Amino acid sequence: MTLTANEQMWSELGIDLESHGQLMNALGPIYGEIYLSQKNRPQGMGFYDFVVGDIHGIRVKELREHAKDGGKVVATYCVFVPEEFCWAAGAIPVSLCAGTQFSVPVAEEVLPRNTCALIKSSYGFKLGRLCPYVQVSHLIVGETTCDGKKKMFELLAEQQPVYVMEVPNKRSTAGRALWQQEVRDFKAKIEELTGNEITVENLGEAIKKVNARRREFRRLSALRAADPAPISGKDALLATQVSMYDDVERQTQMITALNDELEERVKKGEGVAPKGAKRILISGSPMAIPNWKLHHIVESSGAIIVGEESCTGSRFYNELIPEGIGNLEDMLTALADRYLKTNCACFTPNTERLDDIIKMARDLKADGIIHYNLQFCHTYANEAVQVDRALAEAGIPLLRVETDYSDEDAGQLKTRIDAFLEML
Amino acid sequence: MITAGLDLGSRTIKLVLFDSGVRSSEVIDSGLKPLDRCRRLLGDKQYDKLVVTGYGRDLVAPELSGATISEISAQAAAVRFLYPDAASVIDIGGQDSKVIRLNEKGGVLKFEMNDRCAAGTGKFLEIMARALELTIDEFARTSLEAKRSVTLNSLCTVFAESEVVSLINKGEDAHAIALGLHQSVVTRVSGMARRVGVTGQVIFAGGGAKNACLVRLLEDKLNLKITVPDDPQITAALGAAIIAANGKNQGE
Repeated sequence: MTLTANEQMWSELGIDLESHGQLMNALGPIYGEIYLSQKNRPQGMGFYDFVVGDIHGIRVKELREHAKDGGKVVATYCVFVPEEFCWAAGAIPVSLCAGTQFSVPVAEEVLPRNTCALIKSSYGFKLGRLCPYVQVSHLIVGETTCDGKKKMFELLAEQQPVYVMEVPNKRSTAGRALWQQEVRDFKAKIEELTGNEITVENLGEAIKKVNARRREFRRLSALRAADPAPISGKDALLATQVSMYDDVERQTQMITALNDELEERVKKGEGVAPKGAKRILISGSPMAIPNWKLHHIVESSGAIIVGEESCTGSRFYNELIPEGIGNLEDMLTALADRYLKTNCACFTPNTERLDDIIKMARDLKADGIIHYNLQFCHTYANEAVQVDRALAEAGIPLLRVETDYSDEDAGQLKTRIDAFLEML
Repeated sequence: MITAGLDLGSRTIKLVLFDSGVRSSEVIDSGLKPLDRCRRLLGDKQYDKLVVTGYGRDLVAPELSGATISEISAQAAAVRFLYPDAASVIDIGGQDSKVIRLNEKGGVLKFEMNDRCAAGTGKFLEIMARALELTIDEFARTSLEAKRSVTLNSLCTVFAESEVVSLINKGEDAHAIALGLHQSVVTRVSGMARRVGVTGQVIFAGGGAKNACLVRLLEDKLNLKITVPDDPQITAALGAAIIAANGKNQGE
């Protein structure tokens, strides 16, 4: 049997070709059904169709080329890990595979079943040798945003170098001091890994680059406030997901072009759903590729998703880091403070998130909010009680759903979502 | 104008023909080919509009030129039609349990529904009846006759079945087990009812309402009076027919 160029590369990376082939064969039709069947998509999504069409190919090849020249690849799981250090030191940060049921049974050979799908899926990707991104990376950076992940990282470290950042549970003086130190330690870790020093110049450049991408995402978010919505929630989610492992400058270009196109659409009053379609904001757990389940059910029922209050949404791009600071110490402080503003449910209290959800709902003119949490994600599931109360007070309808990557509850989910849309 | 409401439940298919009141209704088993069964059920019946609800609504509606509506909106519409003062609905179906609160206009204000598993549904009771070698009617009667109950710890259908087997093997009385099982369902459903905040006149609809033991236990647990429609199994289908009459177009 002759191997394709991709298969040759995957085999060199230690990928289980047979299993991986099944995964890839499953992804194509799913993408076709969920994405390519959409009507009136922006042309700018062509790039993302191309990326997903070769999802484990071209980008992995770039990362390998980079590694061949001595460059480092740093894999991350979470928006808390400051990617600016990687770019500054000439390393490439990528977020890891995690969004499919396919790798869950593999993980369940080791991990408890009642662990969230994101943890199981990502661990299964490594255990089953299914993810070229983890295979090609030199360091995996974890964080302590949840206990399940924290312990999974210890198991993952048996297979590949893992470094864990401690995220405090409180934004107190002590919590801030801890995080400031963690950020400085992480900088030292990246310098040690790459052999490159992080300076005012290269960090300043990196901050500008990542900020530029964040600004374009914020612009995209603002454009989604239009009625009719110029882009589907599925497409906007995909752009965010891809940005998390693609080159930062390329993504800024791509989103800029997409935004320019969407701006034209908004001017002309064109959209992907009829004017007046029910507008939904999604809030809660992140959705890694190819977890498009909830977006697909909602948009198949005739509504449009206008925003994601999540780590694969606003938490990824909302806050900027001040630019033009002239000394490294102050830059590090500013950078750490920016990341500490991430409204993750790991914080107690986390009232900022409630304010953020309400602000997003109003800015985006959402008719209702669907709070999504992965089953066994205890922080988001418990915080949903407070989200429920805050939204009742604000007079914004809410539907809470708890699910995972499997399709076993698709019928029940659809009924609840249909009923929610009917009541709006 | 005659409208048809079709409810494709997980266990049964219900059809109601409506013309300012229920003209006729039928209930058949869902089987493995629900679309064929629906076709046969509609047969040569005359109606102007069709609205389909229930699990299979998206499969069947386009094939039969009908519109779709969720079971939750359908129940709300039916209950409001039957009881203009109704404020809340409890629906225990084959696969799903729901609690709905209605607004002043009879629309859905708030609802809760079980996710994924059969805990607290008709399916749970069916499987437990089988474990006790009783028909579903005998099972309900047995628990009504019970002098005492045993507490079942598990709400999971599979775990509860194991628990029942171990109780049987301890020599426990079937009446007490049956009552304990009904209480399990009521615990789950009343938890949902409290979260939704049931108030006012409460209507118990869906196939589960045919079980007198569930009705009595729910009344006790929630400490309120519950009204059961004459034919609680067909209310979702009736609601779909009413929604068709109120303007959901064929094929919409």
